[in-house]
Amino acid sequence: MASDTAHSHPYHMVEPSKWPAVGSLAALTLAVGAVMFMHDAGPWVLSAGFLLLLVTFFGWWRDVVKESRAAYHTDVVRHGLRVGMVLFIASEVMFFFAFFWAFFDRTVPFLSRTALEAWPPEGVIPLETWHLPFLNTLILLTSGATVTVAHHAVQKGDNAKTALWLLFTVILGALFTCLQAYEYGHAAFSFTDGIYSSTFYLATGFHGAHVIIGTCFLIVCMFRAKAGHFTAEKHVGFEAAAWYWHFVDVVWLFLFTCVYWWGGSGYQG
Amino acid sequence: MSDAHHDHHPKGITRWLYSTNHKDIGTMYIVISMIAAILGGTMSWYIRLELMEPGIQFIDDFQFYNVLVTAHGFLMVFFVVMPAMIGGFGNWFVPMMIGAPDMAFPRMNNISFWLLAVALVLLLLSALVGAGPGTGWTVYPPLSSATFHDGPSVDFGILALHVAGASSILGAINLITTILNMRAPGMTIHRMPLFVWAILITAILLLLALPVLAGALTMLLTDRNFGTHFFDPGAGGDPVLWQHLFWFFGHPEVYIIIIPAFGIISQIVSTFSNKPVFGYLGMAYAMSAIGVVGFVVWAHHMYTIGFNVNTRAYFTLATMVIAVPTGVKIFSWLATMWGGSIKFEVPMMYAIAFIFLFVVGGVTGVTLANASADLVLHDTYYVVAHFHYVMGLAAILAMMGGYYYWIGKMCGRQYPKKLANLQFWVFVVGINILFFPQHFSGLAGMPRRIPDYPDAYAGWNFISSVGALITIVGTVLFFIVVWRTFASSEKVEANQWGEGATTLEWTVDSPAPFHTFEETPDMTGRQPAE
Repeated sequence: MASDTAHSHPYHMVEPSKWPAVGSLAALTLAVGAVMFMHDAGPWVLSAGFLLLLVTFFGWWRDVVKESRAAYHTDVVRHGLRVGMVLFIASEVMFFFAFFWAFFDRTVPFLSRTALEAWPPEGVIPLETWHLPFLNTLILLTSGATVTVAHHAVQKGDNAKTALWLLFTVILGALFTCLQAYEYGHAAFSFTDGIYSSTFYLATGFHGAHVIIGTCFLIVCMFRAKAGHFTAEKHVGFEAAAWYWHFVDVVWLFLFTCVYWWGGSGYQG
Repeated sequence: MSDAHHDHHPKGITRWLYSTNHKDIGTMYIVISMIAAILGGTMSWYIRLELMEPGIQFIDDFQFYNVLVTAHGFLMVFFVVMPAMIGGFGNWFVPMMIGAPDMAFPRMNNISFWLLAVALVLLLLSALVGAGPGTGWTVYPPLSSATFHDGPSVDFGILALHVAGASSILGAINLITTILNMRAPGMTIHRMPLFVWAILITAILLLLALPVLAGALTMLLTDRNFGTHFFDPGAGGDPVLWQHLFWFFGHPEVYIIIIPAFGIISQIVSTFSNKPVFGYLGMAYAMSAIGVVGFVVWAHHMYTIGFNVNTRAYFTLATMVIAVPTGVKIFSWLATMWGGSIKFEVPMMYAIAFIFLFVVGGVTGVTLANASADLVLHDTYYVVAHFHYVMGLAAILAMMGGYYYWIGKMCGRQYPKKLANLQFWVFVVGINILFFPQHFSGLAGMPRRIPDYPDAYAGWNFISSVGALITIVGTVLFFIVVWRTFASSEKVEANQWGEGATTLEWTVDSPAPFHTFEETPDMTGRQPAE
């Protein structure tokens, strides 16, 4: 496929694609729908935008997989894809940076003269650090180990073993999400209660959203492994998913130590 | 495969809406920037007409006045300067300067552009629905909270910034990957043209700063609509937290606007002095230092909120430190010109004007860096004059310089030289008459963001508004130049500037063919392409 071109360079000259335009339309629909939803005009436009976004993801990345199968992804292109993924994760780190800043702004007097003296604030009963949150830590750390086993398998080109250990990872990820949902359902503080709830739910909520996204990414890789897509040399999709999963894991460790453990330690009971 | 043939390219909607070509996408960025410039410029002229005399001239709805100020800021920052510099010139010339056939992710390049178009639609919607966002571009709560802006306007504004931010983050990933992964063999990092350095540093700033804004905007959105209390002191929140997050993004943002200008000016000064840039590595690392220090000075925008003395001392010192690498750049440009055989073509005139404006704005910046002086000058027209000089108009001058420098390469035609010279003088004289008096009215205490003022400020405001009228003429002349350029029958050769222009884009035909560098150039052993 790549051989019938006149050029000598190793780069991938991508054909024109409708997906950027469709994706932008999805973004417009999502944004207009979000404003309508927030001003009591119903969730329908928002849902349509979300659906169109999912269609875009599916169609766009299906094209990328096809191009990969068609050997457009040379060594140099694969290096570029890895660099791109690392940069994307760096931007995600800075997104969480904002929510940690909000948390520390309220808890560390050095950062803010109006930091609260009591944390959790009076009347807030935090979650028991060493119950569900600790169990979730163990689950996520274990999933980091299982995805590493899968990584070793893919480096040997063993797609069957890769798929199996990705399955374990996906199950652990799903278990984490379920336990997190259970925890939300049984927390003694609700979303709108005050600053403790705000920092807790947005930081852990965005982490949870990233766990779900990462799980989907791993599921895609699992099916690709089953279809025999990966080789010992070529498995950028897998690497990106594994890196993303480790990133989600590390964010959780910070959430666990700062928000759950340290942030709950001031509770006078 | 269409890329097998040099000038075979997709037609119609496929070519533009579905584009995967860095030159076409760059062109679309420049066009959207011009559209936004007309919108944002018209708003500022309306503001200046209102301020021409004391009392109320045209705008008796003060919320509308605030909406104008807000929209002007958003448009100029996110939809004029950034798209033209990074999306426009960055897209066009980064791949060509490093000898790459396109960007690393051509399809993602396209969604960066179209998301920006979506963001522009959302921003216009925010001004058109309800009362509009009268928050200023800084969107401080509680003014931006549901209590004081309860309609959908601010929500549209927040989402416009979210989408524009996503566009810029994807663009940044694309540019960094392109520069790191696609340089021609032999073009080491230390041999890249300074414009490529500038875009690399800018893209890193975008990548790290914009997600923090996205986080803050998300908090504001949930505070307004879903019952969180991040910025609500009544429930334990902190409105100052918004200021921290906003300016942690906002200060790098002003460098995102000016560092690409540094890159353009370096290319122009070197070309028309017929010399390599003086102190190439120093220039590159000065930009890097400005980028790094830009992340640790944000609180100089918030001196009036009541920091303790140590905090103010730190931010004063850190801010002044920026003057060091900035001075390295100014003196290196001057040293590049020193002893060079200078050709005063229009791009070079713009570069010299840029250096003048940037120095004026930089000097007032050192004044404002002092926490104690800033307590007096905060929110006065002195600050307005400062940032329009150092960042706003300096960037606009670099963009116009970049236009004259590269338009021959982009469209293959010669701009009308006499008209361009006239345009330069009218524009540069206009903006200086417009903004220089604002130093004086600001020192006298004239506050920002008001549609009326005491009679004592009448004189300088009148002169300033006259400057705005001259600037309108200069801007209209610019669009006439654009039209005359495209209507011109005078073709330009591949290297229209002669031996001073050493970067790779001057080795390909003018206009540059649809695909360039399908054969990778060998840069082994070549000097910094400066």
